[in-house]
Amino acid sequence: MNALFFWFFSIAMIVCALAVVLGRNPVTSAICFAFTIFYMSALFVMLNAFFLAAVQILVTAGAVMVLFLFIIMLLDLTEPEKIPRQRIWMGCALVLALGFLYVVALTLNATPEGAVTINAAPPTHAPTDRTMAIRVQNHPGASTGFLVDLSDDTHRIGHLLFSTYDKPTDNKPVPISYVAPFEVTSLLILVATIGVIVLCKHDEPRRPSPREEITREAPPKVEKAETASIR
Amino acid sequence: MEITLNHYLAVGAILFVIGLMGVITRRNLIIIYMSLEMMLQAANLTLVAFSRFNGSLSGQVFVFFVITVAAAEVAVGLALIVALYRLRQTTQVQDLTTLKF
Repeated sequence: MNALFFWFFSIAMIVCALAVVLGRNPVTSAICFAFTIFYMSALFVMLNAFFLAAVQILVTAGAVMVLFLFIIMLLDLTEPEKIPRQRIWMGCALVLALGFLYVVALTLNATPEGAVTINAAPPTHAPTDRTMAIRVQNHPGASTGFLVDLSDDTHRIGHLLFSTYDKPTDNKPVPISYVAPFEVTSLLILVATIGVIVLCKHDEPRRPSPREEITREAPPKVEKAETASIR
Repeated sequence: MEITLNHYLAVGAILFVIGLMGVITRRNLIIIYMSLEMMLQAANLTLVAFSRFNGSLSGQVFVFFVITVAAAEVAVGLALIVALYRLRQTTQVQDLTTLKF
């Protein structure tokens, strides 16, 4: 059953990815890319990465693809490409792709099938994690790759991301924490936001507001009136 | 048939290669950019598979960071494309030859 799901999702994902690359219309490509992301998050679910599946759909399929579609429709890029693709580049790409796939196939062949089975999650700092790891180890489904028990991965990712305590308990190494990289990420997003604003700001000559026009035109009128009254 | 790590790695490699071919053969900047994203996502898939089959969650945290960086990168890249379009009225790469040697 799991194999069936795996094949369905991966083949659908690859078909959608091919549609992105081969499609003529950018809007179709963008929508196919969103579907690629959906199928990939389904594969994430099969790998027990529920949190990442949710984040993938929210961020990549939701925000990033909407941004892509928005830009495509804003710039009205729906017309197909003008020049047909050159044969040289197609050949170059094919050679590169086949070479890469060949190397990957060699590597995968060198690793015998089934040599890599799912290891039990290592016991982390929280005591609940340790009991959970033991449960995972003894679980009959542990070697088949798909645990019936939905292990608490999201919980543990939260600990891994945000835990700050560093007391090593019973000779265990200090748990890794990713708080500092997480904070740096927020800085990165801030920099990106400011960069986008700077890039997209128009530097047109500033048009004076109506109030400024009034104040600028008013003094000469007064002057004229004054000169008229003086005369 | 049991699904092993090798299956996931193969799917990731195929996705990466499709993205690579898109980057090389396409002429539209936006689609090139989408293909780049696809290559990034293929790497994400292999990272999650490795993380699952090694029983370590650090790979998933890494993918989380990659998704964040990719989102920021897309925002900046699309802003660049919009600025370029304002300047040249095109997004086809064959029309952008200022830096061509």
